[in-house]
Amino acid sequence: MVEVAIPANLRFRNDEPADEPGVSLDAFLDQPNAVSVRIEGGDDVRRLAPALDRLKLVEIDFPRFRDGRGYSSARILREMGYTGELKAVGDVLVDQLLFMRRCGFDSFGPDQAIDLDVAARALGEYDYVYQQAADGRVPVWKLRHG
Amino acid sequence: MKLLTGNHLVNGYVIWWTGEGWSRHVEQAVDVGDKGEQIAQVETAACRVNNPYIVDAEAGPNGPVPNHIKERIRATGPTVRPDLALKPADIDAGSYVI
Amino acid sequence: MYRYDKFDQAIVDTRVEEFRDQVRRRIAGEMTDDQFKPLRLKNGLYLQLHAYMLRVAVPYGTLNSQQMRTLAHIARKYDRGYGHFTTRQNMQFHWIRLEDAPEALADLAKVEMHAIQTSGESIRNISADQFAGAAADEVCDPRPWAELIRQFTTFHPEFSYLPRKFKIGLTASDNDRAAIKLHDVGLQVLRDDAGNFGFRVFVGGGMGRTPFVAHLIRDFLPATSICSYLEAILRVWNRHGRRDNIHKQRIKILVHDLGPEEFARQVEAEWQAIQPLDDDMPLKEFERIAAYFTPPAFEEGLSDELDLSDPHFAAWVERQVAPHKQAGYAIVTVSLKPIGGIPGDLTAEQMDLLADLADRYSFDDLRPTHAQNIVLPHVRKADLYAVWQQLDSAGLGTANLDLISEIIACPGLDYCSLANTRSLPLTQKLSERFADPERQLDIGELKVKISGCINACGHHHAGHIGVLGVDRKGTENFQLLLGGSGAEDASLGKIVGPGFTEDGVVDAVERAVEKYREIREEGERFLDTYRRVGVEPFKEAIYG
Repeated sequence: MVEVAIPANLRFRNDEPADEPGVSLDAFLDQPNAVSVRIEGGDDVRRLAPALDRLKLVEIDFPRFRDGRGYSSARILREMGYTGELKAVGDVLVDQLLFMRRCGFDSFGPDQAIDLDVAARALGEYDYVYQQAADGRVPVWKLRHG
Repeated sequence: MKLLTGNHLVNGYVIWWTGEGWSRHVEQAVDVGDKGEQIAQVETAACRVNNPYIVDAEAGPNGPVPNHIKERIRATGPTVRPDLALKPADIDAGSYVI
Repeated sequence: MYRYDKFDQAIVDTRVEEFRDQVRRRIAGEMTDDQFKPLRLKNGLYLQLHAYMLRVAVPYGTLNSQQMRTLAHIARKYDRGYGHFTTRQNMQFHWIRLEDAPEALADLAKVEMHAIQTSGESIRNISADQFAGAAADEVCDPRPWAELIRQFTTFHPEFSYLPRKFKIGLTASDNDRAAIKLHDVGLQVLRDDAGNFGFRVFVGGGMGRTPFVAHLIRDFLPATSICSYLEAILRVWNRHGRRDNIHKQRIKILVHDLGPEEFARQVEAEWQAIQPLDDDMPLKEFERIAAYFTPPAFEEGLSDELDLSDPHFAAWVERQVAPHKQAGYAIVTVSLKPIGGIPGDLTAEQMDLLADLADRYSFDDLRPTHAQNIVLPHVRKADLYAVWQQLDSAGLGTANLDLISEIIACPGLDYCSLANTRSLPLTQKLSERFADPERQLDIGELKVKISGCINACGHHHAGHIGVLGVDRKGTENFQLLLGGSGAEDASLGKIVGPGFTEDGVVDAVERAVEKYREIREEGERFLDTYRRVGVEPFKEAIYG
């Protein structure tokens, strides 16, 4: 278990945030000057492939924390090479933060305030992970075999 | 009559609202009338009960008898393991379940 | 069997501490039950009818004696002296206190056990053929892949909030003892002509409200690609599975709605897309795991002779003992279905006895089965008599495997808050009605499976005779199904007609059995006769 520093605004990035709020996926694809998009559960994030260069902020909505579609959307975006801000918004609870970070989320806009001490513990809890994901953590099988 | 029941948060036991608190014994349960939801909310928020809900019951010679077999089983214990019942020494305690 | 290295142990230990803190926060009121529920479900802790229930994982149905003794310890210390083997090879304890759960999990972690992902909408325990490593009819032991997949699917960050639960089953034999076609993903290990290992991949099986037999979506998947291929399957389902109606969210519904060809096409496309990620475990890691599953040090040249002069022993051998690939050895299935008993239940004392027997006679190896029995996979024939005597004296010597009294049943309304009816009293009555061993043998193979509700934890769709409990205007009512099978010839049972009372369904089963005896042809099991003549003759016999 390690101590993880949690920024008060739950934004794990140093660059300037985008100043536009996210528009819907259809609207984003229709507006060549938009830089922020908001992804709903059923949206296909692969449609953003041609627009990755101009994309600064992707907000992925979690209408209910049990709806796990956003985790796949996040990972796919990182797999496509997206390096901008990837923000989980909505019903985001502290116990999901670790999985979300692993899937590539680097900022959070939860509906209900998150206890930063609990978050620090949650993110630093596990020293080892079994599988590769979008966070670059080395999986156990690589540690075993060098 | 309407009984309020749930499970004890910490030990998981089946409990029944007695009017003043919670009891494992359905004989001590009271008719909550239409106050059940209200009581449930207060008790849930205070972490004294988990998953409370209202059940229908009839008055019986030894206290309320829940209408549904599921609630009678909750009140007394598994019908196939009388030794694990709430009152294992009382062989008649579960006789009304089925 | 697999032994944890420091990484595996650290992960399980961390999980215990994480959960300990989550329990503390719940008891202190820092979390509502709604927030806590998915967390406790991910640690196998249900809130059940009488108390919290803990479901301990038995990965691919493999235990050693130390683990079995620890289960006995859990039963004594935290529960009420017994445990229950489920239809997914796990063990359940029905009387756990929330405040004790972290300590119970800590005790389990000391012997490399856990309750991770045994409930909730997660990738569940991986089940496997209980004869793995012992049967002559398998291509190889499938369990190294089961362990590989277990690790890969543990805390997978993308797939921790799936539409519903997800169950994987493995076999390496054409004789499917693991019912893989009734799993969300069923994997059969094969070798191609060049000797390479691969999988036949089945997707979309399951029981419950909408039962399906799984579809073959890939004839031969190279074994080294199993993790990435599973990722593709899970991702397609995670993205496109329904989220609007809890009864329509299993992967079987998606496979059905898209059609298996389109589903397979989407999986292949996703699999191609993720190739560059190189998410598969390398061959080195597979080989590291496989090294734990090499055959035990069997003695060579042992005799296959058996003294069957004791008729009770002979009867037990006939039913409960299966051939082993090594000369002089045998596979023992211990029946956990004594006449009038509760299927799958074991007292702490019986668990200790089984641990001792495994230790002494079976290379420290025990295998709970999805039929709620337990296997000692590597017993010398010379030791069978001693093993049987000890089993018999502990009430574990019933000779009824696959006979009518060897019933699979869920815990039902006696324990489960989801149930419509009780299942166990019916089980006891049926078992007692057909108690006579001669009668059972005359009837022959007849798999009876009983569920107390549509969730089908008793696998009633897969019973040659299945019983489903329903709530009929507040009273218990039982529907009879015929013709299901969980084996390689998988089929789903069909409801015969209007439901019965508990006593009525016992009589109905008896009428069906007598009809079978009346019309059966040489060599036909009940299932075969049913498949030959159809439901009508049985329906007539049952309802008159």
